[in-house]
Amino acid sequence: MEVNQNKPRYGMVIDIDRCTGCGNCSLACAVENNVPPGPEKATDRTGINWMRVYKIESEKQFPENRTIFLPLTCQQCDHHTPCESVCPQNAVEYDGESGIVAQIPVRCLGCRYCMTACPYHARYFNWWDPEWPKGMENALNPDVSTRMRGVVEKCNFCHGRLQSARAKAAMEDRREITDVEYQPACVEACPIKAICFGNLADNKSEVALKANGKESFRLLEQLGTEPKVYFRSEQTWVHEKINSKLTDRVQENVHG
Amino acid sequence: MDRQFIQRGVTRISMKKFLVWIMPWIVILMIGVYAAFLCLYQGLNQTNMDNRFAFGLWIYLDLTVIALGAGAFFTGFLLYILKRKELKAVINSAVVIGFICYSGAVGVLMVDVGQPIRSWFTFWHPNINSMLTEVTFCFTCYLIVLAIEYVPVILKNRKIKQFSSMLVFEHELHKLIVVFAGVGTFLSFFHQGSLGGLYGVLVGRPFAFRPALGIWPTTFFLFILSAAAVGPSFILLTTWIVSKISGKQLVKQEIMQSLGKISGNLLIFYVLLKTVDTIVWINSTSPSLGFSAATFYRQEEFGTWIMFTEIVLCGLVPALILLNNKLRSRTGWLITASVMACSGIVLNRFVMTIQTLALPTLPFDQFLSYTPSWQEVATFLAVIAYGVLVYSFSYRYLTLFPQERELQSM
Repeated sequence: MEVNQNKPRYGMVIDIDRCTGCGNCSLACAVENNVPPGPEKATDRTGINWMRVYKIESEKQFPENRTIFLPLTCQQCDHHTPCESVCPQNAVEYDGESGIVAQIPVRCLGCRYCMTACPYHARYFNWWDPEWPKGMENALNPDVSTRMRGVVEKCNFCHGRLQSARAKAAMEDRREITDVEYQPACVEACPIKAICFGNLADNKSEVALKANGKESFRLLEQLGTEPKVYFRSEQTWVHEKINSKLTDRVQENVHG
Repeated sequence: MDRQFIQRGVTRISMKKFLVWIMPWIVILMIGVYAAFLCLYQGLNQTNMDNRFAFGLWIYLDLTVIALGAGAFFTGFLLYILKRKELKAVINSAVVIGFICYSGAVGVLMVDVGQPIRSWFTFWHPNINSMLTEVTFCFTCYLIVLAIEYVPVILKNRKIKQFSSMLVFEHELHKLIVVFAGVGTFLSFFHQGSLGGLYGVLVGRPFAFRPALGIWPTTFFLFILSAAAVGPSFILLTTWIVSKISGKQLVKQEIMQSLGKISGNLLIFYVLLKTVDTIVWINSTSPSLGFSAATFYRQEEFGTWIMFTEIVLCGLVPALILLNNKLRSRTGWLITASVMACSGIVLNRFVMTIQTLALPTLPFDQFLSYTPSWQEVATFLAVIAYGVLVYSFSYRYLTLFPQERELQSM
């Protein structure tokens, strides 16, 4: 996996101080990427939700108690991508042209080794056959193929949209595409613009400026996988919570 | 009615008694086959695995039976390559056990993956960086080797031997057995190691991640060594169990002791390396990834007792017993130490697979638990039933213990 500095490296910065936990990003993601509604038996551990919103509490007494919502998706690891290196049949692909880690469901064996390798738990297995309520098939996105039972899937920064933007640029005899032309569905859907998306390799881009800000951080940065999803918060307790050791973490609740 | 298939000079229970013995195992096998069918037909939603506990009982079973089945390759290596002739007394049994373990593991894996029909994809576009690719290749090749090693044992059956062509084929195959033993050892070393590497490379799981020695994480070497150490113990144990059930002495006492000594020597070496590895992990590897190793053991379920049990109680203690000539000469001590050694490896594989997944990594995550569904348990039990059945038939009709005849006439 070679990171080409001259090529775009798409990433996002999520402002968790702004996020209200409305879940619009999750919904837009599911609609855009043809994620089927979960069957009745599905739980929060077996359902498919590429953009999962975690509720995190400061665990302090009133009036110091605080709550944030943290939308968690594939962190698009740039270095030694854990899921890519373990897949036995190259069903996970790091695209050097965009920095996007893509899943190839038609090649996936469903061994779930990538899910074990992912420290962010951002990969989802199709435990059931995908089924849409009658008539809803007509609303499927034709640019994104549906997945079958027994394969793994995950966020790919709405790769279908990138392809469409590239195709449009090619028709106009351009090689480059602008950040305006390519925005994932979750970014578009966020009503309070908490998610900023763009080319991290362009130091002057809004996303790069925000990512380099002192309020920004990445999850499990110490693992050295160089995720391309940043989070931003001005609240000290959020930074403390993210940097907390495992000792402080146990017995806490996770919602989503 | 099957007397003519049973080797001369040995006695076996009547067909009626044999049917009574195998019937419960057939029932367990059939229930397991039905459970596996449900998983294949309706999908893995029949299991209690989920997106967080993506590996469960079956992967644990695979890693465990492969470690216990290592007696096949290691005994073959000692007998054919290092010329430890006394092990000829147990090699056939070791091959059958190895074949059962590996074929059982492959069978479960076929149910465990979401798209079993795509298994060949790994051979078609393999990711050479993946430990699972190495496992798949070596596993497949070694299962073929084991099947080839099993064939001469079958061809030596009293009735089959009557066909001269079969006898010639068996003779020719036997001449190549050294080659197969060598290839088998090579393949086994790799996939035992790769199974260890499977978890050792997971940088996203600091509990399992280990630094690389060369191109492999340390778990690669520890898995090879632990499997080689416990393999002879498991052969010893199964021989003793078969001996107790059949009420016959199957091998000479010194062979049992010899197996125990081999196991003890390797086990003490393994315990030493495992201790060094654990110390390095506690002081360097885990902290460098932002996790204090001690905090992994602050869970009620998986406290430091599990580490103590694995390394000291089921590692160091049985190794010392097996290395002591006086204790080793007593069957009680020998068997107890072998059970402890096998339990240690079974526990190690549990720690690597289940405990690793139960521990949280994200700062706002929680400790997870997982209870297998009845379909998973039934499939698990079916592998055991399959093993008992294959072994029972092999013991009844084939020469698993060449010394049995001699010992019986004494």
